[in-house]
Amino acid sequence: MEETSIFSQAGIMITIFLIAVPVVIATIIAVMRGRGVLKDYQQQKEFNKFRERLNKMTPEEVEALEQRKAELEYQLENNELSGKESPKDSRGLIDNVTTAEELRFIELKKKSIPRPYVEPGLTKLILWYLATSIFWLVLGTTIGEYLGIKFVAPDVDHVSWLSFGRLRPVHTNMVFWGWASLAMVGLAYYVVQRVSNVPIHNLKTGFYSLILINASVVIGSICLMAGINNGGGEYREYIWPVMALFGVGIFISLMNFWKTIAARKNKEIYVSNWYIIAAMMYVLVIAFVAYWPTWQSGLGETIVQGYYMHQGVGMWFMLLTLGLMYYFLPQQLNKPIYSYSLGILAFWTQILFYTVIGTHHFIFSAIPWWLQTVAIVGSMGMVIPVIAGTTNFLMTFKGSWNKISSSYTLPFYLIGIIFYFTGSLQGTAEAFRFTNLVWHFTDFTVAHSHLTMYGIITFMLWGFIYTLVPRLTGKEPPQITVGAHFWLALIGLMFYSVPLMYGSTLRGLMWMDLKPFMDSVEMMAPYWLWRAIGGSLMWLSHLLFAYNFYVMVKKKNRVSVPTSAIEILKVKEQLSKNINN
Amino acid sequence: MDFFDNHKRLFRSALALFLGLTFVVAILPAINNQRNNAPLPGSAPMTENEHAGKRSFIANGCVACHTQQVRNVDMDNVFGDRPGIPADYAHNTRQDIWRNTATLMGTERTGPDLTNVGKRQPSMAWNLLHLYQPRAVVAKSVMPAYPWLFKVKKNVDSTDVEITVPDEYRKGVNGSIVATQEALDLVAYLQSLKQTPLPTGKKPMEFLYKKELPKVAKSGEAAELPDGGKLYVSNCQACHQANGEGLKGAFPSLVGSKIVLDDDIELFVDIIMNGYNAREEYAVMNAVGTDNNLTPEEVTAIINHERTSWGNNAEPVSLGDVRRIMEFLELTTKK
Repeated sequence: MEETSIFSQAGIMITIFLIAVPVVIATIIAVMRGRGVLKDYQQQKEFNKFRERLNKMTPEEVEALEQRKAELEYQLENNELSGKESPKDSRGLIDNVTTAEELRFIELKKKSIPRPYVEPGLTKLILWYLATSIFWLVLGTTIGEYLGIKFVAPDVDHVSWLSFGRLRPVHTNMVFWGWASLAMVGLAYYVVQRVSNVPIHNLKTGFYSLILINASVVIGSICLMAGINNGGGEYREYIWPVMALFGVGIFISLMNFWKTIAARKNKEIYVSNWYIIAAMMYVLVIAFVAYWPTWQSGLGETIVQGYYMHQGVGMWFMLLTLGLMYYFLPQQLNKPIYSYSLGILAFWTQILFYTVIGTHHFIFSAIPWWLQTVAIVGSMGMVIPVIAGTTNFLMTFKGSWNKISSSYTLPFYLIGIIFYFTGSLQGTAEAFRFTNLVWHFTDFTVAHSHLTMYGIITFMLWGFIYTLVPRLTGKEPPQITVGAHFWLALIGLMFYSVPLMYGSTLRGLMWMDLKPFMDSVEMMAPYWLWRAIGGSLMWLSHLLFAYNFYVMVKKKNRVSVPTSAIEILKVKEQLSKNINN
Repeated sequence: MDFFDNHKRLFRSALALFLGLTFVVAILPAINNQRNNAPLPGSAPMTENEHAGKRSFIANGCVACHTQQVRNVDMDNVFGDRPGIPADYAHNTRQDIWRNTATLMGTERTGPDLTNVGKRQPSMAWNLLHLYQPRAVVAKSVMPAYPWLFKVKKNVDSTDVEITVPDEYRKGVNGSIVATQEALDLVAYLQSLKQTPLPTGKKPMEFLYKKELPKVAKSGEAAELPDGGKLYVSNCQACHQANGEGLKGAFPSLVGSKIVLDDDIELFVDIIMNGYNAREEYAVMNAVGTDNNLTPEEVTAIINHERTSWGNNAEPVSLGDVRRIMEFLELTTKK
């Protein structure tokens, strides 16, 4: 297509638009910041002038102000009924008192509690992990959103690097290895040292790990778009030299955590660290088995693929996130976990059952029937760790449900736990031979993977990030945008997954009825549109999340010139005090 | 307990448990499966061109939407004559040191399965046009278009393969649209995808979950015929289109066609069963009926559908006539 201009292609225009949105927003932020600086400067100047004026004030002027102050401050004693003893709260029991003086659009939620000392170096490391992970979340879901649009408008672009087959793995791998993995490791850097009561063994190697993981996502994405991939297995699309960067990065952090735990001050190892260390060891084993270039050749690849893709989800993302949950949830509710033993039971049963279920992606295929049956049985067995985990978390919540309404972090936890239960059990249900018959090969799998990777992992990670970052920086995100983030993400996920599951069920039934294939494609069109709409809401929520993170890290306090009589006098008093000192 | 408080013992035990399970459920079955596997007699390894086509199939991520596995369930019967067995994949080996084996079994069927597509849709012209712009041949398709696999040329050489694209899909193109070598290789690969028949004497696995066909009371011949409209969609519509008018310069129209409406249906049945290549201005038609094992009932239903749709108004034909012609054709083609 040499004759047509590249910019007349709709896809190019949309891509430009999608890139332009963050750029425009960044520009707006930059302009606002610039104006802020300018304003600060002007205010400062004005303030200086104001100070001079204060110093030159005539006694008459002061008197006039004093008089106005007395008038403004006039009120009833308010102790006409209660007497003169003032109430005391010497132990600080009354907190977060809400008053109904003005119309409240947003309820005031509890502020995060300042924590004991955290090393500035560690804060910096964790914030870098989180910042890069959020970058990948925004970029990765922008690509996902574009892919969703392609189902509705397949001719939006005709550019090889942006074609559906190449872009799809870019999206999945970017949110897996870029967003979720980096965020998890970053949060683990806090949890591991905190529950071990010692500083992190070596902060410097933490940065090496960060750089390696980011490098693998950058290089991997470019390779995929250029058409260089591993040959088809889902989430195994990066070629092994790229994945090796990721592996080395994880290995460095694993060593770091291991040595931190070895130097711990307390005797026992808190269960969070079991999950975290296990997940990091397992992801290395999984990647090694799946990628080692000399041993797989032929159909064995498919068995390993089943193992790899499912262990990646269950032994890496799920295990590590659960480990973080065992720290953050009790900490947020300010009480111990309901049952330590249930946590341990869930740990061992998760390993035992999850490891064997990989092959359930290839039911009825040309791999051994006994292995398929083992996978189905293992999927049933997953009920044990899922119920143990959910019970444990919900029982920890018990008696503290009222805290949810006054917290902006706990709703994320709760949704994550709910999806942990429903999403995991849905996976079990999908592995039955009959449901597999209806749903396999349809978009139901896509809906399921979003309910789990998004509903469970991403919601939990958001909860953890909103908990941790204000503690590290001492700055809170604006409540209204946190709330908007939460609702847009949740409603978006529902719009995304529910119609998709409904439509794919119809589609599977059409196939079983031996209807012509194209009829089933046509039938899906409205459900694909709903998916794109839900996806847009989710995408929007990520922009808000990125903004909230920015506020938590970078917000500055502004100078303001007092205007009311009371404030002016107060400042004058302070000024004269300063001069006298 | 000391075990839980000793990080070395605890973490090493967890690792050992996982490694043990990994060996049993992944490594050993994988090795076993790839060692004890040999290609079926009669299956040919890929040619150089087909190989290049497969590489293009992989690079463009086609596996995201197309599976290559026929499961032993009834609904997969439309994609292959028998369920797939390990031997079907025995020709697949590791691509090179950098990249893994690509069995391309896939996990999503946004588009149809391709195990047997070489047999189901062997037409070169159709495949090329479909790659250039899927919606030119399948209106409701959501498949990406691959125009970068084609070149626009002012003067076409004798070696070039030119494709005829409907006007609405060639806006802004001045010249002839010619397939690149990559497009030709990709189509060669697709055409090579065919199930190898099992050696004689071997019975294939059965398809499970058979759909119970509704039992119709025997009230005459017509009631026993399958739905011709559905069969047309699955077997003919890709080229001749939903409105029966085909595509100008590629696939002839069936509306008012002499062959379709003629009282003598011998040529009509012959074309359905054995294909047609007598008209220069259109693409070659493949032996659709033979390739897809159409039964006399199905052929009769398709013929009657085509004779009575889109304004065509000819007498329906009888199953007996069609069966007689098909038996005769079978005898003559066997000789």
